Amino acid sequence: MSMTITAGIDVGSTYTKVALVDETGNVLSHLMAQTGFKLAEVSRRTFEACLAEASIARDDVGYVVATGVGRHLVDFKDVHVTEITSTARGAARLFPNTRTVLDVGGQTMKASRLDERARVVSFRLNDKCAAGTGAFLEKTARYMGYTTTEIGPLLATSKQPVTISGVCAVFAESEVINHLSQGTPPADIMHGSLVSLVERSVQLLRRVKAEPEYTLVGGILRFDSLARMVKDELKCEVNVPQGDLAQYMAALGAAILGHQRLALRAAPHAGAVA
Amino acid sequence: MAYAAGVDVGSTQTKAVIIDEDGRMCGKALIDTGAHVVHAAEESFAQALGAAGVEEEEVEYVVGTGYGRYRVTFGNTQVTEISCHGRGAVHMFPNTRTVVDMGGQDTKAIRVTPVGEILDFCMNDKCAAGTGRFLGAAASALELQLSDLGPLALQSKRPVRISTTCTVFAESEVLSWLGKGKKIEDILWGVHQSIAMRTAGLMRRVGIEEEVTFTGGVTRNPGMVKAIEEKLGTRLNVSDESHFMGALGAALFALDHILASRAPRNGVGA
Repeated sequence: MSMTITAGIDVGSTYTKVALVDETGNVLSHLMAQTGFKLAEVSRRTFEACLAEASIARDDVGYVVATGVGRHLVDFKDVHVTEITSTARGAARLFPNTRTVLDVGGQTMKASRLDERARVVSFRLNDKCAAGTGAFLEKTARYMGYTTTEIGPLLATSKQPVTISGVCAVFAESEVINHLSQGTPPADIMHGSLVSLVERSVQLLRRVKAEPEYTLVGGILRFDSLARMVKDELKCEVNVPQGDLAQYMAALGAAILGHQRLALRAAPHAGAVA
Repeated sequence: MAYAAGVDVGSTQTKAVIIDEDGRMCGKALIDTGAHVVHAAEESFAQALGAAGVEEEEVEYVVGTGYGRYRVTFGNTQVTEISCHGRGAVHMFPNTRTVVDMGGQDTKAIRVTPVGEILDFCMNDKCAAGTGRFLGAAASALELQLSDLGPLALQSKRPVRISTTCTVFAESEVLSWLGKGKKIEDILWGVHQSIAMRTAGLMRRVGIEEEVTFTGGVTRNPGMVKAIEEKLGTRLNVSDESHFMGALGAALFALDHILASRAPRNGVGA
């Protein structure tokens, strides 16, 4: 048995994430790179780098599943699935009792409700508007002269968030400028924009009739105050994947779906597995 | 001779206009609003006075308008920019029945009576999509000056369809089209068409009645004029002074006040 590894390639709006996963669902290697504009090239390069990092040969990967907004452009994939489906699988792998997934990424925010077999029964997404996504935080930071990597440390020094209306990432600029001219510390403004993002995500959760357990995923979880704020807002515990794994849920889920496909291929008459 | 002034403090630029008793524009000024709103108002007023060759004491009444109208500390009163654009547009183009005002952060559709009173209006107050900022985002993505956009867009032969609604995402969509080898003029015309489509939608909500007068800072962009004209299937009234329409309207309201305050003495209604 050599073909026991599958790959999940998640081509997101901001980052491309790759996970190599064994039969038991363990992540053997994971890696990400900025997506940029050459999606086919970035996905291939990140996949190859991920293989090299774990010293896994290309031939040992039995199945490649692409997911994310750029999934159609992954030219070495065996199949592609939506990131709604793959993220649900990934979240349920780590937290089997997950019934609701909240995914806050660079350009989208998604809420999904799952059944007990990690199938998505309902989802809502915000993909037309930057308010409530990572781009909102990035814009706020940029208006104040901070880079994306400085957001986390800045947030850590906030004492009291100010109110940022959070209706539009562009209109937030005037609010930010007003607050700065009144002498509000940048950290409190940044915190305020995170509060408005949390409020929007909780609204989205209500629209899918969310219920526990909640699992939070996506790039914005890099800011550890986010999970605590969502928890306070929902008045309910939330699951958060450890470390940078929170960003790899779609890639992990895609790879797990790859294993199900392989199992199906090995035993075609065994009935539906997926 | 008495003079009246209007100062329009917009989100992006501040405009000041001085008019004489006959409503003729004798001086105007335009500066970036920046963070010091009070200063921008004072500076634009001073520049307009200079351009008109009028002393501050000769200006009997000043009306402030625009989002920063309450920061016009020397203003005698304030009038909303909706009223001012309606008034200014009908003054400059007497057959105006619909006004579309496109500024740095908002787009407004206004329906007016033959004397410039407001019948109805509609604006994008929740979202920057379809405003001048969308052009700004495209300009910064392509590293172009705002004034280059229109003329370039008009050279387009095979426009790209821009699918993004949000101004923040527009920047990355523009770059991705560039990455796919599309020509700058084709991407830009797509951007103009996308804004024109949203503008037409906004105008339909108040009802479009001819003539349509285009006001605000984006009137300087010939591409935007053509894109909206194509989308509406009608000509737009535009002049070199369309950018100053809000300030002109404010100055006209100021003049009303001056004339009305004289009326009892002269025994003639304003």
